Amino acid sequence: MNALLPILHLAQRENKGYLTPEWLEHVAEVCEVPATHVEGVATFYTMFKFRPLGKYHLQICTNIACGLCGGEKILEHVEQRLDLHAGHTREDGQFSIEEVECLGACGYGPVMIVNEEYHERLTVEATDKIIDELEKNTKELPEKILPLDRPLTA
Amino acid sequence: MLEETLVLFKNVRQPGYSGDLASYQSSGGYSALKKALKMKPEEIVNTVKESNLRGRGGAGFPTGLKWSFMAKGTGKPSYLVINADEGEPGTFKDREIMLKEPHMFLEGYMIGCYAIGCHHGYIYVRGEFVPAMQRLQEAIDECYQSGLLGDKIAGSDFKLDITLHPGAGAYICGEETALLDSLEGRRGQPRTKPPFPAVAGFNGCPTSVNNVETLMNVPSIINDGAEAFKELGPPNNAGTHLVSLSGHVNNPGVYELKMGVNLKDIIYDIGGGILGGKELKGVIPGGSSTPVLRPDEIDIPYDFDSLAKAKSMMGSSAIIVFNEDTDVVKFLYRIVKFYNHESCGQCTPCREGTNWSRLMLRQFVQQQGTPQQLKRLYRVGGNMMGTTLCPLGDACAMPLRAFLEKYPEEFQAHFAEAS
Repeated sequence: MNALLPILHLAQRENKGYLTPEWLEHVAEVCEVPATHVEGVATFYTMFKFRPLGKYHLQICTNIACGLCGGEKILEHVEQRLDLHAGHTREDGQFSIEEVECLGACGYGPVMIVNEEYHERLTVEATDKIIDELEKNTKELPEKILPLDRPLTA
Repeated sequence: MLEETLVLFKNVRQPGYSGDLASYQSSGGYSALKKALKMKPEEIVNTVKESNLRGRGGAGFPTGLKWSFMAKGTGKPSYLVINADEGEPGTFKDREIMLKEPHMFLEGYMIGCYAIGCHHGYIYVRGEFVPAMQRLQEAIDECYQSGLLGDKIAGSDFKLDITLHPGAGAYICGEETALLDSLEGRRGQPRTKPPFPAVAGFNGCPTSVNNVETLMNVPSIINDGAEAFKELGPPNNAGTHLVSLSGHVNNPGVYELKMGVNLKDIIYDIGGGILGGKELKGVIPGGSSTPVLRPDEIDIPYDFDSLAKAKSMMGSSAIIVFNEDTDVVKFLYRIVKFYNHESCGQCTPCREGTNWSRLMLRQFVQQQGTPQQLKRLYRVGGNMMGTTLCPLGDACAMPLRAFLEKYPEEFQAHFAEAS
């Protein structure tokens, strides 16, 4: 059971970024714990999702340091540009937006994470450039940055 | 001219430094580990105690003392767990360590594990730090490949394995007992103490939870001695620390400074002064949980005890600077919104207090404040202090009350009748 969080991350990754009741039950079997426990744990943490995300999931920080540097304006701009509110996935499945708390890169704000990559010192222009590349599908995003497909101990 | 004092970041500041094992070793890396493995574990604990090293995660608790609390003779394994859940708004130095100098941290961690008899180390890294985890795992792999980790580390008889464990987006998991619950595969909710982690922590075993930067200091303490470390700061505030500077300054970033350097100098000298040449309105000195300081309160030494004397805290050494154009009410609203979101929900004063404070502040943001609501806000803040299982309630209440006390005119300007 100690490995429950890493295994939930793995399960989410296998299912294109979100968890379903079936996956929660599967994790429960693998970890030999009740499914209710797994659901209780998964719903506690903000990184575990229960609805499909976009191919590109944009997490934008609006906490205080990024906020002082214009984080909220970046969020507003992205929402306008993609015609999508934070907390939603676009119908074509390309993008989803999430307003998030401090991402631990405060001196380089405003900060946005696209899938697992950090983008820092954002301006409206820089953000537009990132979205331009994503829209063209030209941005190469590594499939699996975290080496989770290996034993948890060496 | 305020300059960095480079101990932790001495390699990082060399242009082109890659941080890989070969580069770290060529600058003397892992010599402290080899020296430590020839010492007795108790000697190491005593040396760290003498050095006055205090935790760099926010609480500033003496590290050697924490290690000496570890219960002995229980028959259970001992654990040294690393808290890399850097989530305190304003703090971004642990991520820099993991990305740029993972080996100095790992060396300190290995020495710490040897000192308290931990054979399996766990590093709890917040889930969002994927690139940092990747870099750290690469460094750990390099250690295994070169025999610095494994059955006989660095040729000694000591067995040590290290496992990285990701968090999943919960600020509360930075609290040590919530972190341990999360590491055990549960919701990250703080525990009642006693029992303290030193007696029953991870899986009911004696555990010490320490911050990344805290352990990064251990190699230099072993190599250069406790006295040399103490000289880098005022009495009882030893060493250098990584200061995270952000907000409306010209040169935001992480700076390694001696303890006790002047806070005003950090902002105006090495920090380059206020962005756009504006006037300073206030400084949050130690991460969002710490009481704000007005511009006339920042001419003080930046160390644990001086900030405590100024009725604030140095916390995680995260300085957030805001200028004259900042709407303080909106700023505080965002702070309280954060704590409300992150509250684990166990304790009524925090769960309800953060929520109602947020809603009352929202009224002020919407220019609907009243004098009675202001008094109520202050009272609710007070009810959250010292009444909860963990310091999250205090972490919301302290900035809430400090802003209300120090910027009353801003809140009055948001009264309904003022518009």
